[in-house]
Amino acid sequence: MGISQNEQQSITDLVGQYQALPGGLLPLLHAIQGDIGYVPDSAVPIIAKGLNLSRAEVHGVISFYHDFKTSPVGRHTVQVCRAEACQSMGSRQLEAHAKQTLGIDYGETTADGAVTLEPVYCLGNCACSPSIRIDDAIYARVDRDRFDDLVSGLSSEKGAAK
Amino acid sequence: MRFYIPQDTTALALGSESVAGALQTAGIEPLRNGSRGLFWLEPLLEVETDQGRIGFGPVTAKDIPSIIDALQTDPSSHDLYQGEVAEIPYLKSQQRLTYARAGLGDPVCLDNYQSLSGFNGLKKALQMTGQQIVDQVKDSGLRGRGGAAFPAGIKWQTVLNCDSDQKYIVCNADEGDSGTFADRLVMEADPYQLIEGMIIAGLAVGANQGYIYLRSEYPVAHKLLNIAIERAIQANFLGENIQGSGKTFHLEVRLGAGAYICGEETSLLESLEGKRGMVRAKPPLPAIEGLFGKPTVVNNVLTLAAISSILDQGADHYQNFGMGRSRGTLAIQLAGNIKRGGLIELAFGVTLREVVEEYGQGTYSGRPIRAIQVGGPLGAFLPESQWDTPMDYEAFAAIKAMIGHGGIVVFDDTADMAAQARFAMEFCVVESCGKCTPCRIGSVRGVEVIDRIVANENRENNLILLHELCDTMEMGSLCAMGGMTPFPVRSALAHFSSDFTGQGRGDN
Repeated sequence: MGISQNEQQSITDLVGQYQALPGGLLPLLHAIQGDIGYVPDSAVPIIAKGLNLSRAEVHGVISFYHDFKTSPVGRHTVQVCRAEACQSMGSRQLEAHAKQTLGIDYGETTADGAVTLEPVYCLGNCACSPSIRIDDAIYARVDRDRFDDLVSGLSSEKGAAK
Repeated sequence: MRFYIPQDTTALALGSESVAGALQTAGIEPLRNGSRGLFWLEPLLEVETDQGRIGFGPVTAKDIPSIIDALQTDPSSHDLYQGEVAEIPYLKSQQRLTYARAGLGDPVCLDNYQSLSGFNGLKKALQMTGQQIVDQVKDSGLRGRGGAAFPAGIKWQTVLNCDSDQKYIVCNADEGDSGTFADRLVMEADPYQLIEGMIIAGLAVGANQGYIYLRSEYPVAHKLLNIAIERAIQANFLGENIQGSGKTFHLEVRLGAGAYICGEETSLLESLEGKRGMVRAKPPLPAIEGLFGKPTVVNNVLTLAAISSILDQGADHYQNFGMGRSRGTLAIQLAGNIKRGGLIELAFGVTLREVVEEYGQGTYSGRPIRAIQVGGPLGAFLPESQWDTPMDYEAFAAIKAMIGHGGIVVFDDTADMAAQARFAMEFCVVESCGKCTPCRIGSVRGVEVIDRIVANENRENNLILLHELCDTMEMGSLCAMGGMTPFPVRSALAHFSSDFTGQGRGDN
């Protein structure tokens, strides 16, 4: 997947910024993803060269962690908690509802590019389950109606910046 | 009158931001405190009045005008009035050491922290030798609160004894167990306590660099920790020559990336080094060869937070709480299908039944409780016959269960325990680091075998196979992920066998 020259430059700049940090690969990947929205394949050789690692090692780290994406995601990420506390409060039904309402499975993005749906294993909000996270905001006691309210706003704001 | 409305994750998730907005509309600038951990009352609005600090909860933005009216006349007339917050039985009956400050004030205000005994432990530690500090920790009886309950003083002694030019303090803030939020509450309601504990740990063992490995699922804690660290640096509690002592300690937060296994200490160290979070074989112990191969103290948030009060109030004071070999207090996190969920700090020894019935007041759904999972996704499901077990590491181990990090998840009588057993294996499939075969492959096979049992396919033989598979995982796995995934599976089979007949939830 091609990336723009600006993105290429920003990856190179970030590598320069993090290459001297001990154990800096995770912070670097977070920074690239924060900037571009994902970690493009074309970033791998730049990172490998800058951090004196093999491309396989960099790829291995990116693919190990659930957080790192290798292709563009929606403008918003909606995570539904699948862990036990939320299950005890009906998150299995909520996740089925989420998939049906959005018309996508986990790891997929709605056709309008608004929402990527993901599972998450615990948001640490277990006394007020079920919980979901939309970008950096966490919501408690989410039933179907609340889910619909929260998510409907996301698709309507067309093309809004992430 | 001063108004307080919390800014921790749970209060925010329940709408505290819009409550704050409604207060501002009414011309009141609320102080944003941390939560007291009484999550069933969040958002809990507190008001400092002539009659003390009173609470209203759970409040929404639309309740604000009527609360302001009631405050002019008779606060107790309001439906959401909770009386003096410190007198609420749920809170008053607790034995709060680690959470004594939680919710009282602005969590990142240094003056507030210091006015509530903050940094008193550090000031004492700065006058002591490393060995004296380690002796205090040993005398306190403090055991690691992450789950494994290893004596903290012994771990520290090992690191202190190592001769090395570089040592590290690593805080495990990768609180991934479902049903747990105690670390998060410390970091969001009283972050300086953790910072203080880490500085003391550094002084004790001779480490000048610390890392907090924080899970990425905690954006609010991330923000607050970074603010707190920045302010602690400005006030010279971190950095070079701390308070003129000549001692140095640097601290940095590092974000995880959504991997449960990184809560395992060796996997966490790999991740901190910028690698895949693959579990290391032990030995060597991290205390001897830890981060970047150097001697490293790896402790949970609660372990390090407890250090501040142990140094401040003395080892004896801490040691006086608890039972048997479990000394001090336990941060119990009551979660799942529960009416009054929250953080309950008590001395070890309280029974599970007292916690769920007296504090929790039964299920949120109002239905009977069927099973309780203690200690996260690797903890056993306990049927009613085991609820009188005191919360103590050894008492739980004796019934093949574990206290772990202190999380309690309650399930009502609609829970299908075969589905929960299957989920335990499925979770291990998703989160296994893949290094050892029993965990990586065993979990996949575990899901398949449970499916066959529930489908009544060659049932008897598949049950034998599942037990043998569990044996292999327990005995052959490198860490607790594969080694303890069988706990929830076997307890579900033992106590809720009728759920495994393919008819859904059974009767026992």
